Amino acid sequence: MSILDSKIPKGPLAEKWAHHKDSINLVNPANKRNIDIIVVGTGLAGGSAAATLAELGYNVKTFTYNDSPRRAHSIAAQGGINAAKNYQGDGDSIYRLFYDTVKGGDYRSREANVYRLAEVSANIIDQCVAQGVPFAREYGGLLDNRSFGGVLVSRTFYAKGQTGQQLLLGAYSAMNRQINRGKIKPYNRHEMLDVVIVDGKARGIIARDLVSGEIQRHSAHAVVLATGGYGNIFFLSTNAMGCNATASWKVHKKGAYFANPCFTQIHPTCIPVSGEHQSKLTLMSESLRNDGRIWVPKKKEDAIAIREGRLEPTDLKEEDRDYYLERRYPSFGNLVPRDVASRAAKERCDAGYGVNATGQAVFLDFASAIERYGKEQAAIHHISNPSAAKIRELGEEVIRSKYGNLFQMYEKIVDKNPYKTPMMIYPAVHYTMGGLWVDYNLSTTIPGCYATGECNFSDHGANRLGASALMQGLADGYFVLPYTIGDYLSNDIRTGAISTDLPEFAQAEKEVKERLEKLLNVKGTKSVDNFHKRLGLIMWNKVGMARNAKGLKEAIEEIRALREEFWKDVRVPGGLNEMNPELEKAGRVSDFMELAELFAMDALHREESCGGHFREEYQTEEGEALRDDENFMYVAAWEYKGAPSESVMHKESLDYENIKVATRSYK
Amino acid sequence: MKLTLKIWRQKNGQTKGAFQTYSLDNVSGDMSFLEMLDVLNEDLINNNEEPVVFDHDCREGICGACSLQINGEPHGPDALITTCQLHMRSFNDGDTITIEPFRAAAFPVIKDLMVDRSAFERIQQAGGYISVNTSGNTIDANTIPVDKASADAAFDAATCIGCGACVAACKNASAMLFTSAKVSQFSLLPQGKVEATQRVLNMVEQMDKEGFGNCTNTGACEAECPKGISLEFIARMNREYLKASIKG
Repeated sequence: MSILDSKIPKGPLAEKWAHHKDSINLVNPANKRNIDIIVVGTGLAGGSAAATLAELGYNVKTFTYNDSPRRAHSIAAQGGINAAKNYQGDGDSIYRLFYDTVKGGDYRSREANVYRLAEVSANIIDQCVAQGVPFAREYGGLLDNRSFGGVLVSRTFYAKGQTGQQLLLGAYSAMNRQINRGKIKPYNRHEMLDVVIVDGKARGIIARDLVSGEIQRHSAHAVVLATGGYGNIFFLSTNAMGCNATASWKVHKKGAYFANPCFTQIHPTCIPVSGEHQSKLTLMSESLRNDGRIWVPKKKEDAIAIREGRLEPTDLKEEDRDYYLERRYPSFGNLVPRDVASRAAKERCDAGYGVNATGQAVFLDFASAIERYGKEQAAIHHISNPSAAKIRELGEEVIRSKYGNLFQMYEKIVDKNPYKTPMMIYPAVHYTMGGLWVDYNLSTTIPGCYATGECNFSDHGANRLGASALMQGLADGYFVLPYTIGDYLSNDIRTGAISTDLPEFAQAEKEVKERLEKLLNVKGTKSVDNFHKRLGLIMWNKVGMARNAKGLKEAIEEIRALREEFWKDVRVPGGLNEMNPELEKAGRVSDFMELAELFAMDALHREESCGGHFREEYQTEEGEALRDDENFMYVAAWEYKGAPSESVMHKESLDYENIKVATRSYK
Repeated sequence: MKLTLKIWRQKNGQTKGAFQTYSLDNVSGDMSFLEMLDVLNEDLINNNEEPVVFDHDCREGICGACSLQINGEPHGPDALITTCQLHMRSFNDGDTITIEPFRAAAFPVIKDLMVDRSAFERIQQAGGYISVNTSGNTIDANTIPVDKASADAAFDAATCIGCGACVAACKNASAMLFTSAKVSQFSLLPQGKVEATQRVLNMVEQMDKEGFGNCTNTGACEAECPKGISLEFIARMNREYLKASIKG
């Protein structure tokens, strides 16, 4: 019997959440005024949670390293948000969204959590529209939808290619209303550096004011982490430069289990790496795969000619192109899930068909869509016998209205016009499905410490479907956590304010200061970025899109060696009591280097391929992932024991009562 | 490319700053402007000097964290992009580039090129929201149809990233474009019309309190806005403000 209790409510799947809400304890409004909650991170998960908790009457403090909550990286999400509204009448339902998400996650997510997510998804859209989020609309004034990978219905709501921005501004506006009422106190340009545990419960945090450098103690009755994922462990990713794992890792070291760290999403459509100066990678929304077709040349000599600039892709005949996703997966075609699309691109490039100078790129081509839309528009406008140029012009206009900002973004970075020549894309690290282990109530294994959004592990299994991250962040923050945390806090109504003079606060503050001083005092020769880039290379080459036992063992050794070198030779300029971005980075990278080891250990122990975790030893003859349900249908939740290498794994077995576990096929 | 960089260095808000000159070799046209600064900072760290501090985060033009006045222009010479999207191919070998923080009384310098834009926060807190609870018990999203033109215009206003380029571009350091974008997004939608009167009064009052200048219809804000926010929103806000003042 596992020591992990997922606290899944009894009863039929469709009634669990409603029944749970009816049976958990509530806190009366007068008592809520005496209870403080800390929310770390102000993206969709944190911003929505902070706003809702404050509305309910709790006293909320929010923390973000940015100068405004609105800059959290949820803002960069492009394509959309899923909801089982079935506005299109194409057969969508709560069950279907639930089913698609569990299947998309390769049967490694927790059934009850996913069902609840699908259940509240429709509320999110109602909520956002009421808040003034300007979603795309049809001419009749109703909301528009589009399709994303891994599904056969149109359930994605969007605001051009800036859906994350609009949703985050919605949550931020709800926060602003509560800041104005005095119910949220925002601590911007502050970074959480540790959690404070009193009598086994999370009772506060230690934070650093990034402007003055002051180390502060903040107490609360509960601490909510909404701090996002750890994709920046790879150095190059689509995450923002500041995204980090420090908050989750510190909490992990104080007792919260870390689940499935090896489940990482490599997004198929990103702008390829251009050189060693590269600081981050830019995503091109998955929505582009609604209209873009992915291909490489059929013949190697053509690929080489394109790479060397002797052949233009637009000059290559239709029959000489290999639309490999349409060929391998006829039923889903270009809209296969992300893990499948990424691996297929890598397979073609490894086989020598890559199309840019580095050989690490494939084409995403809009020519057929431009022609199709152009003809459609010509018919609508009663233009008889339109010229090819006219069709092109009309078609480009449609593409511009759908994806204009993405095309502009691409052209600015690559200096090529994607209306005229196909885009070049390659997979890049994007999202981490793994994260802090939470039960059905979103509580970590530390009482009073909750995790929402990307920083928990629960909903996406081994692979996340597109447009589901926004859904999860807002579902957790608006509709799940505000209920479940009340059940815990109902025991705290007589506790009174938590004093920051407790010895536990003093001790945590001392440890934080010592670590920062230690970083400053190494006074070595190499910059933080130097170490971060080297860590990223180890991770990408040996713990990236394809992994094997030998490489993973090497990676573990290399990570340990790099960590040792870091603490002997890193150079962090500046001081403690001032704005010091190098010191901030040093702290984050030092945590990444510990998490990286656990990450590789987790990948090594999971002797199967599932979702984003692909072990070369475990694949079918056709190169598809080979899952091992008999031995690995569980969540691996790691307990910290003084060093990453000493971590102990606990298993939460996954039971699917409402879904037939099958081999995932998109063929 | 070989470049000469004249960069504003200032230890903190209490001390005076000054330009310092640096030269940088081997700059590639494929580097973004901020990656060029990363290279400079790596050199500075290797020479035991303090790196240049600047705001940045997403590096894809959407978070609004990056700023910089580059050769006198917010976000540099190219139109409709942020500094993080600016690439070095927009410059030539041998160029001298002047890099300053956004200059405005309401945006005090924190360090080097980093400024404090919390005045924008307070303007939004004063009324940049629709007063609905986030319980989810609202009406179905399709109950109120919104005509596409209004929805699209609200979206255009809502694409503001809050970077502050409009303020930095304006000779009066006015925040009218920023504030009007927020006011307009809500007032264009039926859901936001209910509170429109009070919203515009509160937000304008806060804007004035923060010490931003007045608008004299020069249009530099629109020209420098990385998201192309239109001056028409200022006209809309003025109309709404007048209407609200008469009503009030």
